[in-house]
Amino acid sequence: MTDATALPDGPVIKGRLSRDDVIMRLGMVVIAIYLVATMVLPLWAMLSKSFSTFKFDLSGYEIQVSDEAGSFEGTILTPAELNAELGVLELGDLDAGSDSRMGLTQFFPDFSFRSPVMYRVRNTTDAGRFLVGSELKTGTEWIELDSNTFRRVQMRPVKSTGLGNFVSYFSTPALFNSIKNSLMIAVISTVITVTLAFWFAYALNRSCMRFKGAFRLVAMAPILVPSLLPGIALVYLFGNQGMIKELLFGASIYGPIGIVIGSVFFTFPHAFIIISTALAISDARLYEAAVSLRSTPWRTFWTVTIPGARYGLISAAFVVFNLVITDFGLPKVIGGQFNVLAVDIYKQVIGQQNFEMGAVVSVVLVVPAILAFAIDRLVQSKQVALLSARSVPYQPTTNRKADNIFLGYCVLVAVFIVGMLAVCQFAALIKFWPYDLSFSLKNYEFDRMDGGGWGSYFNSIKLALLTAVIGTCVIFFGAYLVEKSNGFKTGRAIFQMFAMLPMAIPGMVLGLAYIFFFNNPANPLNFIYGTMAILVICTVTHFYTVSHLTAVTALKQMDREFESVSASLKQPTMKLFSRVTVPVCMPAILDISIYLFVNAMTTVSAVVFLYSPKTTLASIAVLNMDDAGDIAPAAAMGMMIFYTNAAARIIHLILSKGVLTRTQAWRTR
Amino acid sequence: MTETTANGQPYLRIEGLWKAFGDFLALKDISLDIHDGEFVCFLGPSGCGKTTLLRAIAGLDLQTKGQVTQAKKDISDLPPSARDFGIVFQSYALFPNLTIKKNIAFGLENTGRSKPEVEARVTELLDLVGLPDQGAKYPAQLSGGQQQRIALARAIATNPGLLLLDEPLSALDAKVRVHLRHEIKELQRKLGVTTVMVTHDQEEALSMADRIVVMNHGVIEQVGSPTDVYREPATLFVADFIGEMNQIPATAGASGRVTVGTSEMICKPHDFGNNAPVIAAIRPEDVIPHGDGARSPGGEDVIATPENAFEVTVDEMEFLGSFWRCRLASERFGEEELIADFSINAVRRLELATNKTMIIELPEDRLMVFAPEDAR
Repeated sequence: MTDATALPDGPVIKGRLSRDDVIMRLGMVVIAIYLVATMVLPLWAMLSKSFSTFKFDLSGYEIQVSDEAGSFEGTILTPAELNAELGVLELGDLDAGSDSRMGLTQFFPDFSFRSPVMYRVRNTTDAGRFLVGSELKTGTEWIELDSNTFRRVQMRPVKSTGLGNFVSYFSTPALFNSIKNSLMIAVISTVITVTLAFWFAYALNRSCMRFKGAFRLVAMAPILVPSLLPGIALVYLFGNQGMIKELLFGASIYGPIGIVIGSVFFTFPHAFIIISTALAISDARLYEAAVSLRSTPWRTFWTVTIPGARYGLISAAFVVFNLVITDFGLPKVIGGQFNVLAVDIYKQVIGQQNFEMGAVVSVVLVVPAILAFAIDRLVQSKQVALLSARSVPYQPTTNRKADNIFLGYCVLVAVFIVGMLAVCQFAALIKFWPYDLSFSLKNYEFDRMDGGGWGSYFNSIKLALLTAVIGTCVIFFGAYLVEKSNGFKTGRAIFQMFAMLPMAIPGMVLGLAYIFFFNNPANPLNFIYGTMAILVICTVTHFYTVSHLTAVTALKQMDREFESVSASLKQPTMKLFSRVTVPVCMPAILDISIYLFVNAMTTVSAVVFLYSPKTTLASIAVLNMDDAGDIAPAAAMGMMIFYTNAAARIIHLILSKGVLTRTQAWRTR
Repeated sequence: MTETTANGQPYLRIEGLWKAFGDFLALKDISLDIHDGEFVCFLGPSGCGKTTLLRAIAGLDLQTKGQVTQAKKDISDLPPSARDFGIVFQSYALFPNLTIKKNIAFGLENTGRSKPEVEARVTELLDLVGLPDQGAKYPAQLSGGQQQRIALARAIATNPGLLLLDEPLSALDAKVRVHLRHEIKELQRKLGVTTVMVTHDQEEALSMADRIVVMNHGVIEQVGSPTDVYREPATLFVADFIGEMNQIPATAGASGRVTVGTSEMICKPHDFGNNAPVIAAIRPEDVIPHGDGARSPGGEDVIATPENAFEVTVDEMEFLGSFWRCRLASERFGEEELIADFSINAVRRLELATNKTMIIELPEDRLMVFAPEDAR
C-alpha cells in the first residue's frame, strides 16, 4: 500500500474541450455579455451619474469692461467678486445640472446691449468653459465682445465627482419626504394585501366552500392589467365626481388612500399565489395529532397552520412590499400631491430634466428594493423539505357555518376585484361621466387622443410577442448553459448572479439607467435608442429573473446524467437539447413565454423613459391619456390590455394542452 | 482469466491517478491495469473514491493528475465524447419523452447507419436484453428492472470498447437485483466487452466480477479475484468489508505464530516482529466444531492442530435458515465473543444448545493476522 498523502508536483491535467464544451461556453459568454450590456453597464452608468455634480464656478472667469471709447483700462474682475459685492446669487443657486447655463449680465446692473462699452472675457483655467451664443469657448485667451454679444455669453457648470447630489437630496425636504411616504405606503399595503390574500387562500385551500375554481380565476385577474388601471377605477368611484365618493367621508382619494387601495388590488394575485402554494403543502398528520391532543381550532391555527405557512407569508410580504415601493403607474395616476420615490424619478427626469437627481432618487429606491429582495431570497432558501415523502395531504372537511363565512368573504374580495375592472369597462363605454350616461364607442377612437392611438396598442402586442419569443429563447438557453455545462465554475457563478440582479432593480431605475447608457452618443449601441429593439431588450431584462428561476427549476428536475449519456453516445449536446430537454421542459417554456407576454403588455415603469413617437405603447398611452385628462379613453385602453392578456392566457392554455398531449405523452402511464 | 489476455498489454491502464476536490484527496495515486474482456468491480464504502475513479475513466470528471490509457491511446485529457465507452447510471437516465426504441437508437443516429440498419440493430438489442415487445413504450411505462436493461441496451448499442456501470442495480429491489446480476454477467460474457462496474454491494461484486478492486479512502486496498479477496484479504479493511470476520486483539509471535489471550496458536505466515500488537482474524464459517472433546469417539472427529483447539461455552444461538450463528464465550478472549457459523447438521450431531460447552478449532490456514492500524 502506498501511503501517499500529498499530491505530487507537476502540472495538473487540463481537459481538452469537446466541440460541445466550446459551443456551450461561447453561448454562455454571449448571454453573459448580453446581460452585462443590458444591465450591468447601464446600472453602472446610472450610479456614476448619481455621483457626478455640476456647479457654476464664479471664480473661474475674468471679465474686463472698457470705457465708452473702447479702451480696456478698468480692473479685471471675476464674477465671484461681483457677486460678493452685489449679492445677486445665493450659494444654492450655483448648483446646476449637466445642461445648465448662466448669463453674465446679471452681475452688471447698468448693462445695456445698446451701450458702446466693450467686454473681454476669459477662463482662468484650462478646464473652464463658457458659451458665446452656441459656440463653446475654452482656454485662457481673452475674447473681446461688444455689449450686444456679451448678452449672449453664458457660463457652463464644472463637473466633479462626489456626494453633492446626495447632500442636496437629503437637504431638500420635498424630496426626502418621499422616502417616508414610499415606506409608509408599502408597509400599509403589504399588511392589508397579505392579510386579505391569506384568508382568501385559506378559504380556497382549507374549506369545502363552492366555486373555488371561479374564485381562483378572479384572484388572478389583476395580473392582466397595468398597475395604473385600478387608479383609474378609483377616480371613477371616489374621485371628485365619483360614484360613491361619500363613502370616504370627505377624504380625498388622491393620495395615500388611493395608492393603498390600488396597490392592494394589483399585488393581490402575487401574494395569493405564494401563500396558496404554502398552504397547499400541509401535512394532515399534524392536524390529526392536534385533534387527538384536544387542541382547540384556534390553538391549532396558531401552532400548526401559521408556522407551516410562515415562509410563504414572509415571502409574500416582501414581494408585495417590493412591488408597491417600486410601482410607478399607480401613484402617478392617483397619488395627487403625495410624492413617492418612483414618481420622483419620473418628475426629476421628465419634468425637470435633472438627470443627476433622478439617478440619486433611483439609488435611494434601489436600497429598500434590494433589501426586500435579499431577505426574500434568504427566506426562500430556508424553505426546504417542509413536506417529507411520508406526509399526508390535508383534506378539508365540510363545516357548513365556516364554509358559508368563507364563501361570503371570498365573494367580497371577488366583488372588489371584478368591481374595479367593471367600473373601468363601464366608464369606457359611456359618453361622458356623470352627465351623459348613454352608450358610446367614442372612447375607443384612440387615434383622436394623445398617446399614440391604436398604433400604441399594436406596438404593445408587437413588443409582447417579441419579448415572449426572444426572451424565452435567451432565458431558457441561458439557464440551460448555466445548469448543464461542465466546469467553468466561476463563470457560471457570475452568470447566476447577473441573472438574479434584475429582480432587485426597480423598472424606473432600469429605464433611467438605459437612458444614461444607450443615449450616450459615444456608445456604439446608441443606434438602438428610440427603437422597438431597446424596448424588447429592456423588458426582457426587467423580467429576466423570474423566468430564469422557472427555467432553472424545470432543468433541475432533469436527470443530471443526460448530458453524460449523450456524450458517451457521441451525440452533440444540441441534439439532446432539442430532442429531449426542450420537449420535456415545454410546460415551463410556455409558462415563461406567457409570463413575459403579459408583463410586456402591462409594464409602464421601465419603458416610460424609452419609448419614442414611433414606438408608443398601450400601457404608456393609458398613462398619457390619463395625464391629459382623457380618463375614459385611458380606461378603455386599459381594458383592451386586459382582454388581450386574457385572450393570450386562453390561447396559452389551449396551446399548452395541445403541446402537452403531443410532447408529454410519456407522463401518463 | 485475470492475467491471461492478449500480448501482455492491458486494454485500460491507469497510472498514478490523483483527484483533489479543494484540499480533499478523493483519489491517491491509483494505478490499475484492466485487461481486454475483463469484468472488473470497484468495491468500497460510500466516499471511497470508486465513482470518482469511474468518472475519471469516462472523462466526466477529469482527474487532477495521472494518466489513463485505453487501447494503447492516451485518453487522459480527452472529453467524454472523444472516448470510447458506454455508460449505465444508477438513475438509468433514460430520455423520458422518447420511446424505448428511440432511446436505444439515440446513439446510432448520425453514425453513417441507414434507417433500416438502425431499426435492425434496435430490434437486435431489444431481443438481447429480453424485451422484444416493449419498443413502442415510454420509459415510465416500464418497471425499474426493465428500464435498467434498456439503459444497458442503449449503452452497448454502438459496440463501445468499454462498458461502465455506475451502481447499476442499487435502485432496484432485492429480487430483481439478483436476477439482473446474472443477466448482466451473461450479456457481458456473450459480448466480451471490457466492463467496469462500481458497487458498494459485496455480494454483487463477488458474484459478477472477474476481478475486484477494493477501495477505501481514495486508495486501492486490494486487487484480486473474488475468491482471493474473500479468502486471502490483504488488509483488515478488506477482511472486514467483505463478508463477516472475527477480530481478536492479539500479539504476534514468530511467523506463523500468534498469541491470543494466554495461549499461542499457529496461524498463517506473517512478517510481524515478536510481540507486535496485531489482530487475529477468522471467518465465522471457518471455525470447526468438535463436540466436548472428552466424549468424542476417536476416528472421524480429529483435531488437526491441537494448539488451535480450546473449550468454549455457547452463549447464544441464532437460527438463520441454512445455518446457525453461535456466539461463543471463552476465558481466553475475556469480554470478546467469537462468532461461528455451524451447519444445521453439525448442530444436530453435536447436540449444541445454549450454555453447553464444546471444543472448537481455528484451522491454522484460516487464522489470519493483520496490523491493527488498518482498521477503519
